[in-house]
Amino acid sequence: MTSAKEVVFKPLFDNNPIALQILGVCSALAVTTQLSVTLVMCIALTSVTAFSNLFISLIRNYMPSSIRIIIQMTIIASLVIAVDQFLQAFAYEISKSLSVFVGLIITNCIVMGRAEAFAMKNPPLLSFLDGIGNGLGYSVVLIVVAVFRELLGSGSLLGVEILPLVSNGGWYQGNGLMLLAPSAFFIIGFFIWVLREVKTEQVESPEFRIAPHASHSQEGAI
Amino acid sequence: MSSKDTVVKTLVVAFFLCVVCSILVSGTAVVLKPMQDANRVLDRNKNILSAAGLYDPQTTSNEEVEGLFSQFTPRLVDIRAGRFLEAAEVTELGIDLANYDQRTVITDPELSEALSSEEDLADVKRRALYQMVYLMEGQSEGELDTIVLPVSGYGLWGILYGFMALEGDANTVKGLAFYELKETPGLGAEVRNPRWQALWPGKKVYADDGGVALTVVKGAGSGEHEIDGLSGATLTSRGVANLVQYWLGDDAFGPLLKQLAI
Repeated sequence: MTSAKEVVFKPLFDNNPIALQILGVCSALAVTTQLSVTLVMCIALTSVTAFSNLFISLIRNYMPSSIRIIIQMTIIASLVIAVDQFLQAFAYEISKSLSVFVGLIITNCIVMGRAEAFAMKNPPLLSFLDGIGNGLGYSVVLIVVAVFRELLGSGSLLGVEILPLVSNGGWYQGNGLMLLAPSAFFIIGFFIWVLREVKTEQVESPEFRIAPHASHSQEGAI
Repeated sequence: MSSKDTVVKTLVVAFFLCVVCSILVSGTAVVLKPMQDANRVLDRNKNILSAAGLYDPQTTSNEEVEGLFSQFTPRLVDIRAGRFLEAAEVTELGIDLANYDQRTVITDPELSEALSSEEDLADVKRRALYQMVYLMEGQSEGELDTIVLPVSGYGLWGILYGFMALEGDANTVKGLAFYELKETPGLGAEVRNPRWQALWPGKKVYADDGGVALTVVKGAGSGEHEIDGLSGATLTSRGVANLVQYWLGDDAFGPLLKQLAI
Protein backbone atom coordinates (compact mmCIF):
# COMPACT_ATOMS: atom_id res chain seq x y z
CA MET A 1 0.00 0.00 0.00
CA THR A 2 1.67 3.16 -1.11
CA SER A 3 1.97 5.80 1.56
CA ALA A 4 1.01 9.43 1.05
CA LYS A 5 4.60 10.55 1.41
CA GLU A 6 5.78 8.10 -1.27
CA VAL A 7 3.04 9.19 -3.61
CA VAL A 8 4.02 12.86 -3.35
CA PHE A 9 7.78 12.58 -3.37
CA LYS A 10 8.52 9.61 -5.63
CA PRO A 11 7.59 11.45 -8.84
CA LEU A 12 10.12 14.13 -8.10
CA PHE A 13 13.21 12.10 -8.92
CA ASP A 14 12.51 8.38 -8.62
CA ASN A 15 9.62 8.27 -11.05
CA ASN A 16 9.70 11.65 -12.74
CA PRO A 17 6.93 11.97 -15.36
CA ILE A 18 9.20 13.70 -17.86
CA ALA A 19 12.53 12.06 -17.09
CA LEU A 20 11.43 8.46 -16.55
CA GLN A 21 7.91 8.09 -17.85
CA ILE A 22 8.81 10.44 -20.73
CA LEU A 23 5.42 12.17 -20.76
CA GLY A 24 4.39 15.76 -21.29
CA VAL A 25 7.61 16.94 -22.89
CA CYS A 26 5.95 19.13 -25.52
CA SER A 27 4.89 21.98 -23.29
CA ALA A 28 8.38 21.99 -21.82
CA LEU A 29 9.69 23.35 -25.11
CA ALA A 30 7.40 26.29 -25.60
CA VAL A 31 6.91 27.96 -22.26
CA THR A 32 10.37 27.62 -20.75
CA THR A 33 11.96 30.69 -22.36
CA GLN A 34 10.90 32.67 -19.30
CA LEU A 35 10.95 31.47 -15.70
CA SER A 36 7.89 33.49 -14.64
CA VAL A 37 5.73 31.97 -17.38
CA THR A 38 7.08 28.52 -16.54
CA LEU A 39 6.15 28.84 -12.87
CA VAL A 40 2.57 29.73 -13.77
CA MET A 41 2.41 26.80 -16.19
CA CYS A 42 3.69 24.44 -13.48
CA ILE A 43 1.09 25.64 -11.00
CA ALA A 44 -1.63 25.30 -13.65
CA LEU A 45 -0.61 21.76 -14.58
CA THR A 46 -0.15 20.64 -10.97
CA SER A 47 -3.61 21.90 -10.00
CA VAL A 48 -5.27 20.34 -13.04
CA THR A 49 -3.57 16.97 -12.47
CA ALA A 50 -4.33 16.97 -8.75
CA PHE A 51 -7.99 17.95 -9.06
CA SER A 52 -8.71 15.81 -12.07
CA ASN A 53 -7.18 12.85 -10.22
CA LEU A 54 -9.36 13.70 -7.22
CA PHE A 55 -12.63 13.95 -9.15
CA ILE A 56 -11.95 10.92 -11.32
CA SER A 57 -11.06 8.89 -8.25
CA LEU A 58 -14.26 10.01 -6.52
CA ILE A 59 -16.45 8.64 -9.31
CA ARG A 60 -14.25 5.75 -10.34
CA ASN A 61 -16.71 3.14 -9.09
CA TYR A 62 -19.60 4.67 -11.00
CA MET A 63 -17.97 5.09 -14.37
CA PRO A 64 -19.24 2.76 -17.08
CA SER A 65 -16.14 1.45 -18.78
CA SER A 66 -17.52 2.18 -22.26
CA ILE A 67 -17.32 5.94 -21.68
CA ARG A 68 -14.46 5.92 -19.21
CA ILE A 69 -11.98 7.87 -21.34
CA ILE A 70 -14.57 10.42 -22.44
CA ILE A 71 -15.54 11.08 -18.83
CA GLN A 72 -11.90 11.61 -17.90
CA MET A 73 -11.48 13.94 -20.88
CA THR A 74 -14.55 15.96 -19.93
CA ILE A 75 -13.40 16.41 -16.36
CA ILE A 76 -9.89 17.37 -17.42
CA ALA A 77 -11.16 19.77 -20.10
CA SER A 78 -13.57 21.48 -17.68
CA LEU A 79 -10.81 21.97 -15.13
CA VAL A 80 -8.46 23.39 -17.76
CA ILE A 81 -11.11 25.86 -18.92
CA ALA A 82 -11.70 26.91 -15.32
CA VAL A 83 -7.94 27.39 -14.79
CA ASP A 84 -7.72 29.41 -18.01
CA GLN A 85 -10.55 31.69 -16.81
CA PHE A 86 -8.77 32.17 -13.48
CA LEU A 87 -5.53 33.11 -15.19
CA GLN A 88 -7.28 35.64 -17.41
CA ALA A 89 -8.88 37.22 -14.36
CA PHE A 90 -5.94 37.22 -11.96
CA ALA A 91 -2.76 37.04 -14.03
CA TYR A 92 -3.71 38.67 -17.30
CA GLU A 93 -0.24 39.50 -18.61
CA ILE A 94 1.06 35.98 -18.02
CA SER A 95 -2.06 34.38 -19.50
CA LYS A 96 -1.27 36.28 -22.66
CA SER A 97 2.26 34.85 -22.72
CA LEU A 98 0.86 31.37 -22.21
CA SER A 99 -1.93 31.88 -24.78
CA VAL A 100 -2.76 28.50 -26.31
CA PHE A 101 -0.52 26.44 -24.02
CA VAL A 102 -2.92 26.55 -21.08
CA GLY A 103 -5.57 24.97 -23.29
CA LEU A 104 -3.04 22.38 -24.39
CA ILE A 105 -2.81 21.08 -20.83
CA ILE A 106 -5.88 19.07 -21.84
CA THR A 107 -3.67 17.13 -24.24
CA ASN A 108 -0.75 16.80 -21.82
CA CYS A 109 -0.10 13.10 -21.43
CA ILE A 110 0.75 13.40 -17.75
CA VAL A 111 -2.80 14.39 -16.83
CA MET A 112 -4.53 11.59 -18.72
CA GLY A 113 -1.72 9.19 -17.91
CA ARG A 114 -2.10 9.59 -14.15
CA ALA A 115 -5.89 9.51 -14.42
CA GLU A 116 -5.80 6.11 -16.10
CA ALA A 117 -2.82 4.67 -14.25
CA PHE A 118 -3.54 5.86 -10.72
CA ALA A 119 -6.84 7.64 -10.15
CA MET A 120 -8.92 4.80 -11.59
CA LYS A 121 -7.55 2.36 -9.03
CA ASN A 122 -6.87 4.39 -5.93
CA PRO A 123 -8.78 6.31 -3.25
CA PRO A 124 -9.42 10.05 -3.70
CA LEU A 125 -6.97 11.56 -1.23
CA LEU A 126 -4.09 9.42 -2.46
CA SER A 127 -4.98 10.25 -6.05
CA PHE A 128 -4.99 13.95 -5.24
CA LEU A 129 -1.53 13.61 -3.72
CA ASP A 130 -0.34 11.60 -6.71
CA GLY A 131 -1.49 14.45 -8.94
CA ILE A 132 0.46 16.90 -6.80
CA GLY A 133 3.51 14.64 -6.84
CA ASN A 134 3.54 14.25 -10.61
CA GLY A 135 2.85 17.94 -11.05
CA LEU A 136 5.86 18.65 -8.85
CA GLY A 137 7.99 16.21 -10.84
CA TYR A 138 6.98 18.01 -14.02
CA SER A 139 7.67 21.35 -12.35
CA VAL A 140 11.17 20.32 -11.28
CA VAL A 141 12.15 19.52 -14.85
CA LEU A 142 10.49 22.62 -16.31
CA ILE A 143 12.08 24.93 -13.76
CA VAL A 144 15.54 23.49 -14.43
CA VAL A 145 15.04 23.93 -18.18
CA ALA A 146 13.67 27.45 -17.74
CA VAL A 147 16.54 28.54 -15.48
CA PHE A 148 19.07 27.45 -18.11
CA ARG A 149 17.15 28.87 -21.04
CA GLU A 150 16.32 32.23 -19.57
CA LEU A 151 19.70 32.73 -17.92
CA LEU A 152 21.82 31.66 -20.88
CA GLY A 153 19.44 32.91 -23.54
CA SER A 154 18.32 36.29 -22.19
CA GLY A 155 20.77 36.80 -19.36
CA SER A 156 17.98 37.24 -16.84
CA LEU A 157 15.92 35.29 -14.31
CA LEU A 158 12.31 36.23 -13.57
CA GLY A 159 12.93 39.31 -15.67
CA VAL A 160 15.76 40.52 -13.46
CA GLU A 161 18.95 41.06 -15.44
CA ILE A 162 21.78 38.90 -14.15
CA LEU A 163 24.14 38.67 -17.09
CA PRO A 164 24.10 42.01 -18.90
CA LEU A 165 23.50 41.43 -22.59
CA VAL A 166 25.73 42.90 -25.25
CA SER A 167 22.64 44.44 -26.86
CA ASN A 168 22.01 46.29 -23.60
CA GLY A 169 25.60 47.48 -23.35
CA GLY A 170 26.95 44.59 -21.28
CA TRP A 171 29.44 41.80 -21.89
CA TYR A 172 27.30 38.68 -22.22
CA GLN A 173 26.53 37.51 -25.73
CA GLY A 174 23.11 35.87 -25.32
CA ASN A 175 22.99 32.27 -26.50
CA GLY A 176 20.40 32.33 -29.29
CA LEU A 177 20.05 28.54 -29.32
CA MET A 178 18.70 28.69 -25.78
CA LEU A 179 15.76 30.76 -26.98
CA LEU A 180 14.80 28.20 -29.60
CA ALA A 181 12.75 25.07 -28.89
CA PRO A 182 15.43 22.41 -29.52
CA SER A 183 17.51 23.64 -26.58
CA ALA A 184 14.74 22.44 -24.24
CA PHE A 185 15.15 18.93 -25.66
CA PHE A 186 18.91 19.08 -25.13
CA ILE A 187 18.55 20.24 -21.54
CA ILE A 188 15.95 17.57 -20.79
CA GLY A 189 18.32 15.01 -22.29
CA PHE A 190 21.12 16.19 -19.98
CA PHE A 191 18.74 16.11 -17.02
CA ILE A 192 17.79 12.50 -17.79
CA TRP A 193 21.46 11.59 -18.16
CA VAL A 194 22.50 13.19 -14.87
CA LEU A 195 19.51 11.67 -13.09
CA ARG A 196 20.47 8.19 -14.29
CA GLU A 197 24.08 8.66 -13.22
CA VAL A 198 22.86 9.42 -9.71
CA LYS A 199 20.02 6.91 -9.61
CA THR A 200 21.45 4.01 -11.56
CA GLU A 201 18.39 1.85 -10.93
CA GLN A 202 16.55 3.93 -13.55
CA VAL A 203 18.85 2.79 -16.34
CA GLU A 204 16.94 0.18 -18.32
CA SER A 205 18.75 -3.08 -18.98
CA PRO A 206 19.51 -3.56 -22.65
CA GLU A 207 17.01 -5.74 -24.51
CA PHE A 208 19.67 -6.92 -26.91
CA ARG A 209 23.39 -7.15 -26.59
CA ILE A 210 25.45 -6.96 -29.74
CA ALA A 211 27.45 -10.16 -29.90
CA PRO A 212 31.25 -10.05 -30.30
CA HIS A 213 32.30 -10.12 -33.93
CA ALA A 214 32.22 -13.60 -35.46
CA SER A 215 32.68 -14.68 -39.07
CA HIS A 216 29.47 -15.59 -40.94
CA SER A 217 30.33 -19.26 -41.41
CA GLN A 218 30.24 -19.93 -37.65
CA GLU A 219 26.93 -20.72 -36.00
CA GLY A 220 25.55 -19.92 -32.54
CA ALA A 221 27.75 -16.91 -32.04
CA ILE A 222 25.64 -15.41 -29.21
CA MET B 1 -20.14 -5.63 -12.01
CA SER B 2 -21.84 -5.83 -15.42
CA SER B 3 -24.71 -3.67 -14.11
CA LYS B 4 -22.25 -0.79 -14.25
CA ASP B 5 -22.41 -0.93 -18.02
CA THR B 6 -26.12 -0.84 -18.80
CA VAL B 7 -27.23 1.71 -21.34
CA VAL B 8 -29.41 3.51 -18.82
CA LYS B 9 -26.58 3.78 -16.33
CA THR B 10 -24.24 5.07 -19.04
CA LEU B 11 -26.71 7.76 -20.07
CA VAL B 12 -27.42 8.80 -16.50
CA VAL B 13 -23.75 9.10 -15.59
CA ALA B 14 -22.99 10.99 -18.81
CA PHE B 15 -25.90 13.37 -18.19
CA PHE B 16 -24.90 14.20 -14.63
CA LEU B 17 -21.27 14.62 -15.58
CA CYS B 18 -22.22 17.06 -18.32
CA VAL B 19 -24.46 19.06 -16.00
CA VAL B 20 -21.81 19.33 -13.29
CA CYS B 21 -19.01 20.25 -15.70
CA SER B 22 -21.20 22.80 -17.48
CA ILE B 23 -22.05 24.47 -14.18
CA LEU B 24 -18.37 24.55 -13.21
CA VAL B 25 -17.23 26.01 -16.51
CA SER B 26 -20.02 28.55 -17.03
CA GLY B 27 -20.04 29.50 -13.36
CA THR B 28 -16.33 30.29 -13.44
CA ALA B 29 -16.68 32.24 -16.69
CA VAL B 30 -19.64 34.32 -15.50
CA VAL B 31 -18.24 35.12 -12.05
CA LEU B 32 -14.84 36.11 -13.40
CA LYS B 33 -16.08 38.03 -16.43
CA PRO B 34 -16.09 41.52 -14.78
CA MET B 35 -12.48 41.11 -13.67
CA GLN B 36 -11.45 39.82 -17.08
CA ASP B 37 -13.22 42.72 -18.81
CA ALA B 38 -11.53 45.26 -16.54
CA ASN B 39 -8.20 43.63 -17.33
CA ARG B 40 -8.97 43.78 -21.04
CA VAL B 41 -9.87 47.49 -20.96
CA LEU B 42 -6.78 48.37 -18.94
CA ASP B 43 -4.70 46.31 -21.31
CA ARG B 44 -6.29 47.98 -24.35
CA ASN B 45 -5.57 51.41 -22.93
CA LYS B 46 -2.01 50.39 -22.14
CA ASN B 47 -1.62 49.23 -25.71
CA ILE B 48 -2.99 52.41 -27.20
CA LEU B 49 -0.49 54.31 -25.07
CA SER B 50 2.24 51.84 -25.91
CA ALA B 51 1.65 52.23 -29.65
CA ALA B 52 1.95 55.98 -29.16
CA GLY B 53 5.17 55.53 -27.23
CA LEU B 54 3.72 56.82 -23.97
CA TYR B 55 3.73 53.65 -21.91
CA ASP B 56 6.71 51.78 -20.53
CA PRO B 57 5.82 48.52 -18.77
CA GLN B 58 8.78 48.93 -16.41
CA THR B 59 8.02 52.45 -15.23
CA THR B 60 4.40 53.37 -15.87
CA SER B 61 1.98 52.34 -13.12
CA ASN B 62 -1.62 51.29 -13.69
CA GLU B 63 -2.87 54.48 -12.07
CA GLU B 64 -0.83 56.66 -14.41
CA VAL B 65 -2.38 54.85 -17.37
CA GLU B 66 -5.74 56.45 -16.72
CA GLY B 67 -4.26 59.91 -16.60
CA LEU B 68 -2.23 59.43 -19.76
CA PHE B 69 -5.16 57.89 -21.59
CA SER B 70 -7.38 60.88 -20.84
CA GLN B 71 -5.24 62.93 -23.25
CA PHE B 72 -6.80 60.98 -26.09
CA THR B 73 -10.16 61.78 -27.60
CA PRO B 74 -12.00 58.80 -29.02
CA ARG B 75 -13.74 59.56 -32.32
CA LEU B 76 -15.89 57.31 -34.44
CA VAL B 77 -14.98 56.98 -38.09
CA ASP B 78 -17.40 55.90 -40.82
CA ILE B 79 -15.02 53.59 -42.58
CA ARG B 80 -16.94 53.47 -45.82
CA ALA B 81 -17.28 57.23 -46.13
CA GLY B 82 -13.79 57.84 -44.80
CA ARG B 83 -14.72 60.59 -42.37
CA PHE B 84 -15.35 61.29 -38.70
CA LEU B 85 -18.88 61.13 -37.36
CA GLU B 86 -20.27 64.22 -35.66
CA ALA B 87 -21.70 63.87 -32.15
CA ALA B 88 -25.25 64.22 -33.51
CA GLU B 89 -24.73 61.39 -35.96
CA VAL B 90 -23.35 59.17 -33.21
CA THR B 91 -26.46 59.71 -31.10
CA GLU B 92 -28.69 59.13 -34.13
CA LEU B 93 -27.09 55.74 -34.65
CA GLY B 94 -27.82 54.91 -31.03
CA ILE B 95 -24.17 54.35 -30.18
CA ASP B 96 -22.90 55.02 -26.67
CA LEU B 97 -19.36 56.22 -27.29
CA ALA B 98 -18.10 55.33 -23.82
CA ASN B 99 -19.18 51.70 -24.09
CA TYR B 100 -18.82 51.13 -27.81
CA ASP B 101 -16.72 48.07 -28.52
CA GLN B 102 -16.25 47.54 -32.22
CA ARG B 103 -15.22 43.95 -31.61
CA THR B 104 -18.56 42.98 -30.14
CA VAL B 105 -20.61 44.70 -32.87
CA ILE B 106 -18.84 42.75 -35.57
CA THR B 107 -21.66 40.22 -35.78
CA ASP B 108 -24.40 42.87 -35.75
CA PRO B 109 -25.62 43.23 -39.35
CA GLU B 110 -26.66 46.85 -38.69
CA LEU B 111 -23.22 47.92 -37.52
CA SER B 112 -20.90 45.71 -39.51
CA GLU B 113 -20.39 44.31 -42.97
CA ALA B 114 -18.88 41.24 -44.54
CA LEU B 115 -15.84 41.70 -46.74
CA SER B 116 -15.49 40.09 -50.15
CA SER B 117 -12.40 37.95 -50.66
CA GLU B 118 -10.85 40.52 -53.03
CA GLU B 119 -11.23 43.32 -50.47
CA ASP B 120 -10.27 41.22 -47.45
CA LEU B 121 -6.48 41.57 -47.57
CA ALA B 122 -6.18 41.09 -43.84
CA ASP B 123 -8.46 38.04 -43.80
CA VAL B 124 -10.72 39.39 -41.07
CA LYS B 125 -13.94 38.36 -42.87
CA ARG B 126 -16.06 41.14 -41.33
CA ARG B 127 -15.47 44.66 -40.14
CA ALA B 128 -17.34 47.18 -38.01
CA LEU B 129 -18.79 50.05 -40.06
CA TYR B 130 -17.84 52.56 -37.39
CA GLN B 131 -14.30 52.31 -36.13
CA MET B 132 -13.04 53.91 -32.93
CA VAL B 133 -9.87 55.93 -33.43
CA TYR B 134 -8.03 57.88 -30.73
CA LEU B 135 -6.67 61.35 -31.37
CA MET B 136 -4.32 63.46 -29.33
CA GLU B 137 -4.39 67.18 -30.04
CA GLY B 138 -1.17 68.96 -30.89
CA GLN B 139 0.19 72.23 -29.55
CA SER B 140 -1.59 74.54 -31.96
CA GLU B 141 -5.25 74.73 -32.89
CA GLY B 142 -6.48 72.08 -35.28
CA GLU B 143 -3.16 70.27 -35.25
CA LEU B 144 -2.89 66.63 -34.31
CA ASP B 145 -0.06 65.11 -32.31
CA THR B 146 -0.98 61.45 -32.52
CA ILE B 147 -3.51 59.35 -34.42
CA VAL B 148 -4.15 55.83 -33.08
CA LEU B 149 -5.99 53.42 -35.37
CA PRO B 150 -7.37 49.97 -34.52
CA VAL B 151 -5.91 47.30 -36.79
CA SER B 152 -6.49 43.59 -37.06
CA GLY B 153 -5.55 40.76 -39.36
CA TYR B 154 -5.13 37.03 -39.57
CA GLY B 155 -1.70 35.65 -38.65
CA LEU B 156 -1.08 31.96 -38.36
CA TRP B 157 -3.41 30.72 -35.65
CA GLY B 158 -5.91 33.53 -35.37
CA ILE B 159 -6.60 37.21 -35.75
CA LEU B 160 -4.10 39.67 -34.31
CA TYR B 161 -5.61 42.79 -32.75
CA GLY B 162 -3.57 45.89 -32.25
CA PHE B 163 -3.14 49.63 -32.64
CA MET B 164 -1.13 51.59 -35.17
CA ALA B 165 -0.08 55.02 -33.98
CA LEU B 166 0.86 57.70 -36.50
CA GLU B 167 2.32 61.15 -36.08
CA GLY B 168 0.19 64.21 -36.82
CA ASP B 169 1.34 64.12 -40.44
CA ALA B 170 -0.65 60.86 -40.88
CA ASN B 171 2.35 59.29 -42.59
CA THR B 172 5.10 58.71 -40.05
CA VAL B 173 4.68 55.69 -37.82
CA LYS B 174 4.87 56.23 -34.08
CA GLY B 175 4.40 52.58 -33.17
CA LEU B 176 2.51 49.34 -33.74
CA ALA B 177 1.38 47.39 -30.70
CA PHE B 178 -0.60 44.15 -30.69
CA TYR B 179 -2.62 43.42 -27.61
CA GLU B 180 -4.30 40.18 -28.53
CA LEU B 181 -3.04 37.34 -30.61
CA LYS B 182 -2.98 33.58 -30.77
CA GLU B 183 0.44 33.23 -32.36
CA THR B 184 3.04 30.81 -31.09
CA PRO B 185 5.04 32.11 -28.13
CA GLY B 186 8.65 32.62 -29.17
CA LEU B 187 7.80 32.73 -32.87
CA GLY B 188 4.79 34.71 -34.12
CA ALA B 189 4.21 36.17 -30.69
CA GLU B 190 7.54 37.99 -31.03
CA VAL B 191 5.51 40.78 -32.63
CA ARG B 192 5.14 41.82 -28.99
CA ASN B 193 8.89 41.83 -28.42
CA PRO B 194 9.98 45.42 -27.67
CA ARG B 195 13.04 44.97 -29.89
CA TRP B 196 10.85 44.24 -32.92
CA GLN B 197 8.39 46.95 -31.99
CA ALA B 198 11.29 49.40 -31.88
CA LEU B 199 11.78 48.93 -35.64
CA TRP B 200 8.53 50.72 -36.42
CA PRO B 201 8.81 54.33 -35.14
CA GLY B 202 9.98 56.68 -37.87
CA LYS B 203 8.97 54.51 -40.81
CA LYS B 204 6.78 56.10 -43.47
CA VAL B 205 3.52 54.59 -44.59
CA TYR B 206 2.90 56.03 -48.00
CA ALA B 207 4.95 55.99 -51.19
CA ASP B 208 5.03 59.01 -53.52
CA ASP B 209 2.16 57.60 -55.57
CA GLY B 210 -0.06 57.47 -52.48
CA GLY B 211 -0.04 53.70 -52.15
CA VAL B 212 0.79 51.93 -48.90
CA ALA B 213 4.49 51.10 -49.07
CA LEU B 214 4.94 50.15 -45.42
CA THR B 215 5.50 46.41 -45.23
CA VAL B 216 7.23 43.55 -43.41
CA VAL B 217 9.83 41.80 -45.57
CA LYS B 218 11.51 38.44 -45.27
CA GLY B 219 14.91 38.96 -43.71
CA ALA B 220 16.28 42.41 -43.02
CA GLY B 221 14.36 45.46 -44.19
CA SER B 222 15.94 48.54 -45.67
CA GLY B 223 14.79 52.07 -46.23
CA GLU B 224 11.92 53.95 -44.69
CA HIS B 225 9.17 51.54 -45.67
CA GLU B 226 10.50 48.11 -44.73
CA ILE B 227 10.40 46.25 -41.42
CA ASP B 228 12.52 43.13 -40.75
CA GLY B 229 10.55 39.90 -40.85
CA LEU B 230 10.46 37.60 -37.82
CA SER B 231 12.56 34.50 -38.37
CA GLY B 232 10.56 31.31 -37.99
CA ALA B 233 7.31 33.29 -38.22
CA THR B 234 6.78 33.85 -41.92
CA LEU B 235 3.00 33.63 -41.82
CA THR B 236 2.66 35.95 -38.87
CA SER B 237 4.98 38.47 -40.54
CA ARG B 238 2.97 38.21 -43.73
CA GLY B 239 -0.22 38.68 -41.73
CA VAL B 240 1.16 41.89 -40.24
CA ALA B 241 2.19 43.15 -43.68
CA ASN B 242 -1.30 42.38 -44.99
CA LEU B 243 -3.12 44.11 -42.19
CA VAL B 244 -0.96 47.21 -42.59
CA GLN B 245 -1.69 47.17 -46.32
CA TYR B 246 -5.42 46.85 -45.71
CA TRP B 247 -6.10 49.22 -42.85
CA LEU B 248 -3.92 52.05 -44.13
CA GLY B 249 -5.06 51.55 -47.69
CA ASP B 250 -7.87 53.10 -49.72
CA ASP B 251 -10.45 50.55 -48.57
CA ALA B 252 -10.10 51.47 -44.90
CA PHE B 253 -8.43 54.44 -43.19
CA GLY B 254 -6.48 55.64 -46.26
CA PRO B 255 -8.92 58.36 -47.40
CA LEU B 256 -9.33 59.68 -43.84
CA LEU B 257 -5.57 59.84 -43.31
CA LYS B 258 -5.02 61.64 -46.60
CA GLN B 259 -7.54 64.28 -45.45
CA LEU B 260 -5.79 64.64 -42.08
CA ALA B 261 -2.42 65.00 -43.77
CA ILE B 262 -3.47 68.14 -45.56
